[in-house]
Amino acid sequence: MRGRLWRLAVFLFVVGFVLNLAGVVGHVLVSSLARRWFATPLPGALTTEWYAYAWREFQLDQVLGVTLTVAGTVTAAALVLGFPAAYLLARHDFRGKGPLLLLFFLPLLVPQMTYGIPLATTLYRYRIGGTVAGVIAANLVPMLPLAIFVLLPFVEQISVSLEWAARVHGATRLGVVRRVIVPLALPGLLTAGLLVLVNTVANFELTFLLSGAGSQTLVVALYYAVFAAGMRPIYSVDAMAVIYMAVVLAVLVLALRLVRPTQMVFRLDRRD
Amino acid sequence: MRVVSLLAPSVAYLLVMFVFPFAYGVLLSLRPKGGGVSLANYVAFFLDPWQARTIWVTASIAVPNTLLTVLLALIVAYAMRGGIWLERTITTMLVLPIALGTVLVAEGINGFYGPKGWLNQALLSLGLAEPTRLTHNYTGVMLALFVQHFPFCFLMLLGYISGIDPALEASARVLGAGPWAVFRRVMWPLIAPGVAIAGALVFVMNFGVFPSAVLVGQPAGATRTIAIAAYQEAFEHYDMSMASAIAVVMGVCQLAGLAVILFLRRRMAGTGVATMGAGKR
Repeated sequence: MRGRLWRLAVFLFVVGFVLNLAGVVGHVLVSSLARRWFATPLPGALTTEWYAYAWREFQLDQVLGVTLTVAGTVTAAALVLGFPAAYLLARHDFRGKGPLLLLFFLPLLVPQMTYGIPLATTLYRYRIGGTVAGVIAANLVPMLPLAIFVLLPFVEQISVSLEWAARVHGATRLGVVRRVIVPLALPGLLTAGLLVLVNTVANFELTFLLSGAGSQTLVVALYYAVFAAGMRPIYSVDAMAVIYMAVVLAVLVLALRLVRPTQMVFRLDRRD
Repeated sequence: MRVVSLLAPSVAYLLVMFVFPFAYGVLLSLRPKGGGVSLANYVAFFLDPWQARTIWVTASIAVPNTLLTVLLALIVAYAMRGGIWLERTITTMLVLPIALGTVLVAEGINGFYGPKGWLNQALLSLGLAEPTRLTHNYTGVMLALFVQHFPFCFLMLLGYISGIDPALEASARVLGAGPWAVFRRVMWPLIAPGVAIAGALVFVMNFGVFPSAVLVGQPAGATRTIAIAAYQEAFEHYDMSMASAIAVVMGVCQLAGLAVILFLRRRMAGTGVATMGAGKR
């Protein structure tokens, strides 16, 4: 009996938490569609005009352009730099591997505000701060290790004997990489790429510290809009928030559609 | 030779963009605006009550929030270890706040918990007059951090707990242990390392809180955290040297928190209970 009550309490807490989440997200959604909304359960009249207003006033075409440029470049760079490193870490043991893994772990562990300030100081000194290049360079610091650690188990799944077989049959080193390793690691590359993409779009602190007037991503622009609440109608700020949410969710849904990490790993396992 | 060429780009990048700025920041913090090499920045920080109290303000947010988050996440994850109704839907819902990020959650909390939000409307209609203010103060920041970090902590612990062999629990039951004894003597020693890791991560994130403290809090008073102080020095007073000093203090506080958690973890590991067959990680 006591066990039952306990489980019921836990279940109610979880339902409460999920409802609270729905409320938090739902409020933004409803508010973005409201003409006016004051202390009633739902607004009296609905409108979509705030989206057009937000698009115009917050210059979202430019902000979205920066967001996609930053996220795309960071993803490409993280994969190009990270894949060889992940391959090596998966295949070889060598002296100093421990400290090296620690070096890769630290940018993920240390909070971005802590190393973001010295990083921003350095980049502003070399005049990279405040530019799109600076935002990309800073975001790559945590995203490169993220890509490496996501790729690592995928590379480990690929049997070494496949590489040997290809070599025996006369493939060059580059040929092995191009025809054997990369195709087999494709699910890993997709997973890592999408994770880095979502994380970069949603990454606030480093982008915030490094971005200037023309280099704000969507989430930083949203921060400034919320920060200056009262300058513009709150409905338009919420419309911008919904646009941001749509971008993140689109990438997330794409990620869940395209890659089911567990399935991919299982299938590769069986093929060995 | 091959080893070097494959790893070199990533290692070089992190050395230049992570290690070098860190070292540069520490050195810069020792060279205050007035010139020379001294600890003047640190002395000034600790002697100015307006600055020094940010440590206390941050800790009074980060410590209770970490304890609450980890405790509730542990209870829920432990209760859900055998599966639960609607489990997939629930875990999918919980990924949302992690994916959406702090700024969006902050804006949503300002609306939902705000004076005219659905929660206060519901409380009013239930006859609970005089609703308390939940946003733009300490409570708001606690709410925002909890909404943000509970799912993260819960999913981590759920993964950890599901990795424990169910046969261990079954054997303990067969040998006559009650639910509490199963938890205390069998499961807790296996879960404790996971709880320590989750707690450490949540604490470190909480101590660096910035966007929530500004957007849902009271950045000029009750929730002026140390990250806000560092940001203001850097981008409002343009004193990069002082800002670096504050960032160093923030990092040291986070390290101190980690040390305490690791110390507690070691103390707990010393209770003589076997910890073999721990979770999958």
